[in-house]
Amino acid sequence: MNKILVSGKVEGIILKSNDPINFLGTVDKKTGIISDKDHSLFEKPIKDSILVFPSGIGSSVGAYTIYSIKSNNTSPLAMICKKADLTVATGCALANIPLITISDEEFESIKTGMKISLDTDSTTPIHYQ
Amino acid sequence: MELTREEESALKGEQGETMQMAYRILVATGEATDAEKLIPIEWAHLSGVNYNTIGDAGEEFLSTISKDARVKVKTTLNPMGFDIDNVSNYKLDENFISKQLSIRNSYETMGVIPSFSCIPYEIFDIPKNGTQVAFAESNAAIHANSYDNLKTNKESAFSALASAIIGKSPYSSLRKEDTPNITIQMKVKNPNELTYGMLGFYAGKVGDTSVNISGLGEMDQRQCKAMCGGMGTSGTCAKFNFVEGDPNTEKIDFDEKEMQNVHDELNTAEKGDLITLGSPQLGLDEISDLTAKLKGRSFEKRCMVFLPRTVKEQAQKIGYITELERAGCEILSDCCTCLTPLICKDDVDAVTTNSIKGAFYLKNSNGVGVNLKSLKEIVEDETR
Repeated sequence: MNKILVSGKVEGIILKSNDPINFLGTVDKKTGIISDKDHSLFEKPIKDSILVFPSGIGSSVGAYTIYSIKSNNTSPLAMICKKADLTVATGCALANIPLITISDEEFESIKTGMKISLDTDSTTPIHYQ
Repeated sequence: MELTREEESALKGEQGETMQMAYRILVATGEATDAEKLIPIEWAHLSGVNYNTIGDAGEEFLSTISKDARVKVKTTLNPMGFDIDNVSNYKLDENFISKQLSIRNSYETMGVIPSFSCIPYEIFDIPKNGTQVAFAESNAAIHANSYDNLKTNKESAFSALASAIIGKSPYSSLRKEDTPNITIQMKVKNPNELTYGMLGFYAGKVGDTSVNISGLGEMDQRQCKAMCGGMGTSGTCAKFNFVEGDPNTEKIDFDEKEMQNVHDELNTAEKGDLITLGSPQLGLDEISDLTAKLKGRSFEKRCMVFLPRTVKEQAQKIGYITELERAGCEILSDCCTCLTPLICKDDVDAVTTNSIKGAFYLKNSNGVGVNLKSLKEIVEDETR
């Protein structure tokens, strides 16, 4: 289901993970790089991407990590999830990073490298370019 | 979620950046939990205080927002990492102490009451029945919903802080009517506080937002707190309804077998090098009872006793503190077992405790062994 959790308008390139992300502990709060060897985004920079992943997991303190990467200019431009979890929702709210959820079908069809524009005020928030 | 015109304007930033951020948090939380609107709350209780849990990122965030954020309703605070009166007795570095004091200062600047307690329901007056509050501490949220006739969701540190600043919370889940789909039938005979802690832990695992619970006898405050603490540790559930539930409700037993499973999960050591009492912190009744139990006896190993500062001050006047110190207790206010930086696995192999909540964090966060015993067993086995 489409939900707009944090509104905004950005353009960028998709970086997609099929693994959920635990922001506390696996995402470096300075570089925004995922340090978990078993994660599909291991060592990939998330900076300035539109980060697509199923949902956040782990401690709610992970919201501070999202705030930190934004303060350190290493955060994604926006995040798109399948399921709204409170850690990512509040983290994006703290950091003012646009966040929406999308249907399972749209999540399946979206791929790393796609260029999109996201506008939460539009009736169809995602535009594929 | 529907917003009023004034709320919309705050979300657009017309009341400043801090209000805008606070509204973003409540809107994101409200959308995630399918809230229909925001409603006023009268009391917020914040987590996210201990430097051991929020770290540099949290300390910096609070320092930044405290420049202009001010709380709009009565706001109280969870424990921090240490008791300033005796912190020099423990191996904490200067950085930890100064960062923790900065966090304390930021909250006080925002107008928060520096209560440093996880039992706000025991040390503050309870508002009238049905009052909406926003409690981020899980045992306190469960106690408020189950025993104090208050209404709160299991808030995050952020939704509770935003609610404190705005004076409102998203109207969803337990704030509305909530009918549990599970009834837990308590079958264990002769339960003590450890049993109730394990029952709570089990209920938190099987329940969603709330559970019915039947078969409970008379419970004292220690047992009620143990049950709330246990539940808050293991899941997202935040309310006990003390009813059977209608015939369509799924019924689950909590008997010796279920209790043994929880025990096996959390009890990892035969004995402890030190004892902790508190998580949740002890109230005045528990301190009075502990003092009576220890009459003429002394601990044979270290025993850390965690309590709110206001309880410590009352207990001092009555003479309990002198008596507990004579028995060898280390009295610690403003902090608690849960996520304590004062117990380090370099010095301690295992800890004896009667707290299921404490056991969970000692095992998973401090990385030490845990030896579960009821208070009665602790006094019998560990003092003379």
